[in-house]
Amino acid sequence: MTSVMIFLPVAGAILLLFVPREKTDFVKYFALGVSSAVFFFSMWFFLNFNPYYPFPQFVERARWIGFGLNYHVGMDGISLVLVVLTALLSPLALASSFRYIKEREKEFYIMILLLETGMLGVFVAQNLFLFYIFWEAMLIPMYFLIGMWGGERRLYATVKFVLYTMVGSLLMLVGIFYLWKHSPHHSLYFYQLYSLSIPWGSQILLFLAFALAFAIKVPLFPFHTWLPDAHTEAPTAGSVLLAGVLLKMGGYGFLRLAMPLFPQAFKFFLPYLLALAVISIIYGAAMAFVQEDAKRLVAYSSVSHLGVVMLGIFLLSLRSYMGGIYQMLNHGLSTGALFLLIGMLYERTHTRDMKKLGGLARPLPVLAAFLMITVFSSIGLPGLNGFVGEFLVFLGSFEVNKTAAALAALGVILSAVYLLRMYQRVMQGRVKNEVFLKLPDMNLREVLIMVPLVILFLWMGLSPNFFLKKFEKSARLMMEITQQKYKTLYLFENGGER
Amino acid sequence: MSFLLALIVLAPALGALVLILLGRFLGKRAVFWFSPATVGISFLASLIAFTTFKNHPSVFYLFPWISVGKFHVDFSLLWDPLSSIMALTVSGVSFLIHIYSVGYMGEDPGFRRYFAYLNLFTFSMLLLVLAPNLPMMFVGWEGVGLCSYLLIGFWFDRDTAADAGKKAFIVNRVGDFGFLLGIFLLFTLLGNLDFQYINSRAASLPTTAATAAALLLFLGATGKSAQIPLYIWLPDAMEGPTPVSALIHAATMVTAGVYMVSRLFPLFARSGLALEVVAWVGIITAALAATIALVQNDIKKVLAYSTISQIGYMFTGVGVGAVSAGMFHLFTHAFFKSLLFLAAGSVIHAVGTQDMREMGGLRRKMPITFWVFTIGALAISGIPGFAGFFSKDQILAQAYLHSKTLWTVGVITAGLTAFYMFRLIFMTFYGEPRGWKHAHESPPVMAIPMEILALLSVISGWFFSSFHQWLKPLGYIHLEELAHERELILMGVSVGLALAAIVLAWWIYLKRKRGLRTGFLYTLLTNKYYVDEIYEALFVVPYREGARAVSRYFDAGVIDRAVLGSGKLTLEGGRLLSFLQTGLLKDYALWMAAGIVIALFVALRGLL
Repeated sequence: MTSVMIFLPVAGAILLLFVPREKTDFVKYFALGVSSAVFFFSMWFFLNFNPYYPFPQFVERARWIGFGLNYHVGMDGISLVLVVLTALLSPLALASSFRYIKEREKEFYIMILLLETGMLGVFVAQNLFLFYIFWEAMLIPMYFLIGMWGGERRLYATVKFVLYTMVGSLLMLVGIFYLWKHSPHHSLYFYQLYSLSIPWGSQILLFLAFALAFAIKVPLFPFHTWLPDAHTEAPTAGSVLLAGVLLKMGGYGFLRLAMPLFPQAFKFFLPYLLALAVISIIYGAAMAFVQEDAKRLVAYSSVSHLGVVMLGIFLLSLRSYMGGIYQMLNHGLSTGALFLLIGMLYERTHTRDMKKLGGLARPLPVLAAFLMITVFSSIGLPGLNGFVGEFLVFLGSFEVNKTAAALAALGVILSAVYLLRMYQRVMQGRVKNEVFLKLPDMNLREVLIMVPLVILFLWMGLSPNFFLKKFEKSARLMMEITQQKYKTLYLFENGGER
Repeated sequence: MSFLLALIVLAPALGALVLILLGRFLGKRAVFWFSPATVGISFLASLIAFTTFKNHPSVFYLFPWISVGKFHVDFSLLWDPLSSIMALTVSGVSFLIHIYSVGYMGEDPGFRRYFAYLNLFTFSMLLLVLAPNLPMMFVGWEGVGLCSYLLIGFWFDRDTAADAGKKAFIVNRVGDFGFLLGIFLLFTLLGNLDFQYINSRAASLPTTAATAAALLLFLGATGKSAQIPLYIWLPDAMEGPTPVSALIHAATMVTAGVYMVSRLFPLFARSGLALEVVAWVGIITAALAATIALVQNDIKKVLAYSTISQIGYMFTGVGVGAVSAGMFHLFTHAFFKSLLFLAAGSVIHAVGTQDMREMGGLRRKMPITFWVFTIGALAISGIPGFAGFFSKDQILAQAYLHSKTLWTVGVITAGLTAFYMFRLIFMTFYGEPRGWKHAHESPPVMAIPMEILALLSVISGWFFSSFHQWLKPLGYIHLEELAHERELILMGVSVGLALAAIVLAWWIYLKRKRGLRTGFLYTLLTNKYYVDEIYEALFVVPYREGARAVSRYFDAGVIDRAVLGSGKLTLEGGRLLSFLQTGLLKDYALWMAAGIVIALFVALRGLL
């Protein structure tokens, strides 16, 4: 089942190859249908997941190349919620492109479907080999999405995006070789690797290699400058998936690989990592504050928000860790929603320059209402999703490290500053351009894209336990592995990988 | 039982939800009936709860909210002496203001949005007062902040309104930063955030920890309740519709800080320093805001500074340990201050301006408004018989027992209060008409709520001793005894000062017919001690300019350049090495051979 779900989009993409390119409507709805099917699959997994079993479930294995280079997928609670997030955002991103993408539509939808498989694969892979394959495979469709359907400076943005990411992942590849060589039976199965004891010096180097790859992906300050460019140039769907899902892979990589594989090295670098997380929060917020382009603003806000995520994960208190994971989901939804809304605005006004916008709540009251809710979800208003994650991160961090938590909590003020300023500059005041007064408000398709997100904002804000309980056990396990509470871990789970 | 409490909170929530989702299908009259009705239900439910549960403390569990490990918070509602009074006051005043709003905002094209926000506010405020633990209170706390933001910026095409809303939210967020850290600290210390638990364990906390927690929470209170150093948002908040100013920025939301400190009084009392800070911040704010109110010409701005000043009294009361006195002033103030705002709204509605210099002589055209306003002014000035007299007097007496300086500042401020209130009355209702033409009395839908509030502004003051008894079960309610003749003397001083101030106002604004307009002090006051400018220079400008500079010179100039530079380095490096790429087979063979030799050497190094 797991494999069926992750390869369904590829299968859909292959079928699309045989559809004549003139049938754009069929292409659109077919792609939407495929990714919606994936979402229903993910729902099935979500409902049938056993929250009391911390190890991967729905496991599927197959011999592939041999020498430990095998196919092995499955989902523990953390993977599960990230898979659901991916499966939810993909159809929404697709639907948001129906009017936005006007040329080479068939290729566009094929790329999104390929990207979806890559993203799902990263979260379900259970050995490093497979993880790396999906990690790299995902880059290719993203490269094309920005490079072919992007804005004016798309080439510059794509080259920067690919170079940044490649530098990180190549070093990680070297690390994977080392692990492969030193693991018993050449297994790259995560839970077997966790029980390796790696000499101190190698740990340091390996951790640096992995951490760099993931820090770029997060992105942590100072590895963030690819993000604003990639976001500004990417089409809406690309931005949604980039912010909503791809950035989560940095955090996921840290908690699944870099931290538990090299725990001593992680402990050694912890102060520096904390500093980077806290700087990211404040720096990202300050940079977001001075942007003129709405998309760049949201891109920098991601730096700030993911700083909160990373702070929570690094500090390894149950509440901060769980909060960090929860905040990944929140950021995926809120920032995804922000990019969707800015995309809808751009389709109408053809500008994202906030100097030229203003007063749009008059002609676009529904869009303004959705933007308002999303902004407050992102600010972390209690009752909405963002608060629960932020609160847990800060609460848990405060228990462990008061200074870091207090500095990070400044983000509470700063996020309100830049997001409310953005809302004001776009929606409030007088309309600057007469033409804008006649803009059409959101249509049914656009409302239907936003409604599931808003429902989730409220649901995740009012009843977070429903979601938290799904990954609490797995999160505890990953934390305890990172804290080296177990010696021979893979014995806990029957049948490691051979 | 828990159904009744849930109804108090959920009726306005339902109102807001229906108006937001289905408002566009509802006719005008439907909205006018529906929205106040939901709050009316809430008020009735509070009233029933008030008479049936009385002041017996009990927690009603609704559903679980967040639990991670030992951290566990439920959605529950707390009914106890303190929350019962607050629930009754909030739902009652809110109900009256909803009705008034039908008259005041009925013609505004955005009335559906307006009533939706107003219902949402009532819901959040009731959640705040009925919360049994700090995180739940924070939910209500932020909820009212959101509604405040939305309603201040209600007329969002006015830049001033949008700015004011944003300012209110951000300044409050500074307070929330402290509030949140206080919550975290208490959780780290106690592992539980229920009010009852915190209060019962407060005595066991180390003093420094209690001081830190209390002061952090108090920072939150200074934000929401507009006290030094975070009071600057409230005067700007007057950009919102006037009924909003009455409900949110006078009667209910801004007093939430006082409520919070009263709620956690044992924690504050654990640290003497924290209480001392509360008392002094309160009295200094009271005095400072009163002086600014002396020179304002905008009728709503006078009332705004007056609100800041009166809340200062409440904090002083709680800070000197007299929780019942502080809470009583909160209670009476809710009536007379919302009355004053509604009456001011009635004036603004009639003459179309907020500038008192363009009013004058409205007494005859608007007799009801004039009379209710006068009652409100007498109440706030502390004239015997009216509500404010009893509550303010109680605070001053308790302050006197704590510190004579506190009392002196408080009594002088009381004089200032009487002066600026009657200055307002003389400028607005007396003298010759200045500028307006067609003033008219407000319709009954606005007049009746004002009349009810006017009645309450008189009689609500007569029940201090039963109020005090009602709160007694909290366990930390007590008053110091003051010798009777001493009490009479103190009372005489403050009443005498107030009367003298009224006469002085009459002499300056009616007899001499011109105010004081010159001098250093006047400039200082009209510029509100330049506090906004100082904050601008200290925080806003450095942050903005700093961020701009970093963005330009560091983010783009250093980091990005480093990245692009390393990219270029690779490119140039590649070019440099491209001399190897000769395309001649023999060169490649040579390199290959060299490579094999080196590899062999490395591989065999161990053997050699």
